[in-house]
Amino acid sequence: MTAVTLTETGPGRRGDSFLSVQDLHVSFSTEDGTVKAVDGLSFEVEKGTTLGIVGESGSGKSVTNLAILGLHNSEHAEIGGEIWFEDRELVGASRTTLERLRGNRIAMIFQDPLTALSPFHTVGRQIGEVYRKHKGASKREARDRAIEMLDRVGIPNAKVRVDDYPHHFSGGMRQRVMIAMALVCDPALVIADEPTTALDVTVQAQILDLLKDLQDQMGTSIILITHDLGVVAQAAHNVLVMYAGRAAERGTVREVLGAPRHPYTWGLLSSAPRLGSAVDVPLKPVRGTPPSLLNPPSGCRFHPRCDYVKQVGPDLCAAELPELSPESGHGDACYLTLKQKQEIHTQLMEGR
Amino acid sequence: MLRFLTRRSLGAAFILLIVAAVTFFLFFAVPGDPARLACGRVCPPETLAQARHNLGLDQPIFVQFVEWVFGIFAGRDYEGLGHCPAPCLGYSFVNREPVFNTIVDRLPVTLSLTIGSAIVFLIFGIGTGIIAALKQGKPLDKIASVSSLIGASVQIYFVGTLAMYFLVFQWQVIERPRYVPITEDPIGWAYGLMLPWVVLAIIFTANYTRMTRSTMVEQLGEDYVRTARAKGLSARTVVMRFALRGTLTPIVTIFGIDLAGLIGGAIITETTFSLQGIGRLSIQSVLNSDLPMLMATVLLAATAIVVLNVIVDALYAVIDPRVRLS
Repeated sequence: MTAVTLTETGPGRRGDSFLSVQDLHVSFSTEDGTVKAVDGLSFEVEKGTTLGIVGESGSGKSVTNLAILGLHNSEHAEIGGEIWFEDRELVGASRTTLERLRGNRIAMIFQDPLTALSPFHTVGRQIGEVYRKHKGASKREARDRAIEMLDRVGIPNAKVRVDDYPHHFSGGMRQRVMIAMALVCDPALVIADEPTTALDVTVQAQILDLLKDLQDQMGTSIILITHDLGVVAQAAHNVLVMYAGRAAERGTVREVLGAPRHPYTWGLLSSAPRLGSAVDVPLKPVRGTPPSLLNPPSGCRFHPRCDYVKQVGPDLCAAELPELSPESGHGDACYLTLKQKQEIHTQLMEGR
Repeated sequence: MLRFLTRRSLGAAFILLIVAAVTFFLFFAVPGDPARLACGRVCPPETLAQARHNLGLDQPIFVQFVEWVFGIFAGRDYEGLGHCPAPCLGYSFVNREPVFNTIVDRLPVTLSLTIGSAIVFLIFGIGTGIIAALKQGKPLDKIASVSSLIGASVQIYFVGTLAMYFLVFQWQVIERPRYVPITEDPIGWAYGLMLPWVVLAIIFTANYTRMTRSTMVEQLGEDYVRTARAKGLSARTVVMRFALRGTLTPIVTIFGIDLAGLIGGAIITETTFSLQGIGRLSIQSVLNSDLPMLMATVLLAATAIVVLNVIVDALYAVIDPRVRLS
């Protein structure tokens, strides 16, 4: 079996992108009420490209991607909307369908490889068992494949290290193991959830380069979840900025980082340190705190923290939920006019 | 591994020596004179002195202890009773039999009781624990929680006595528990011990259910379990090969303690079911001021605890490769 058999081809297919998330809702019922972690999110990923998803903690980045793999506990999480992947709808797909996709067509790289790898099994076994499960390989073949993968992700002496346990590896090497495990079945989509956050900066660059190389070799699509704009600038083709479970801005890296249009994106960019700027100038954080997802603010989720509400007229911001516009290309969810956005951004740039 | 075992064995031997010494000296601190018991009700002073000499009690306590320890390794000669080969635990004050033979005679009863019930409570305890963890908050979980709470609250002399009264005497669904050596009649062995096994299992299962459930719930929330699911492994594999592995460590810990306790003698269980195991032997030896017998049962219990501790520590390293034995 080389690929999942395509049976659910139908009229529901949208666009040419092979992953398409449409109006995704994920909510968790808790004792205090319903938490809307993702609230009407749509995005697409094209073949062979990297989508960077940025946003602060709790903006729904990870929740979205766990939903793609169907990893939420169905008893606690309620998932609405559509997720189309290679012509099949994943929301509400059967357990076996999802099990056959996971690790095979869609693989995941987690943030902290120390806790995400099993401490009880050798890395060779952990890599090999994915291959055995999905490709029906023998133990011998799986082991050889594991060695090959370890070698491919740049672990020296792979033949010996295949029998080591995760705690025998350094942080960076461990993340390479994780990547080897994710790529062992040549997945079409890799979801990397903050793959470099637990690593130091030099290792971070190596890991990002590695992902890029592997993408070039195998044509894999990548969703790169991060809160680090530097990582996005370095590794992504497209960017989705998330805020409180919704998309704030979407576009290519050049568009979003070069000519950002959403006040939240401006906030993120000006809160990031720059190499060239004076050391005694304090960083400018985004004012206020992230909203509670139990009782999200009315209207634009960002308006209580936004400095430009007055320029729109406060009624509109607090009353109505802005949608991404335009619907494709560089879009943002803000009521300011394009001209206002350009002017404010120019001013902000001059102020730095 | 070898270094670990050597070091731990030396430590174990030292602990056993201390346990033996404390027991030995405590024996003499307790009122009651074994020589007077041996001598009988009407006891002239010279007979008493003779009895005291025969039992070796006329020596200083320290000398008696050293001779006792020496006897274990080298054997001993007894006046009038002949040579007692190593490991010599002495002759019983009461029946003048070598203690070692009595222990060897009684141990299979206790071991059968222990191993049989351990198999039952491990299977049921871990099994219900896993099910409860997977069905968190569901009726099955609640049933398991409540029944394990009941199991943990009752005592052997309560459940055991009730079981004996109703099942054996009143309704006569099962015969009185008895011990038949497994070598003679395996079916009779299992049948004869079934009731005590079940009763012991009722008491012990609860602990394992609760421990398995809580640790399993914790493990199911671990990142590596999520990774295993993200790899597309089946729910069964994820639970049995990943989450259960992390659950084993605390289970092995309490199992080591329970097993040692049971081998040392399930005193109340054996009394309740009238089984002649180590537990009853130890009680009798205390009541009879039978020093050599008492020393042997204490030493056996202590050895079980110490040895199982070493085994448990070694098992930690087998279960979790991050544990280093040093």
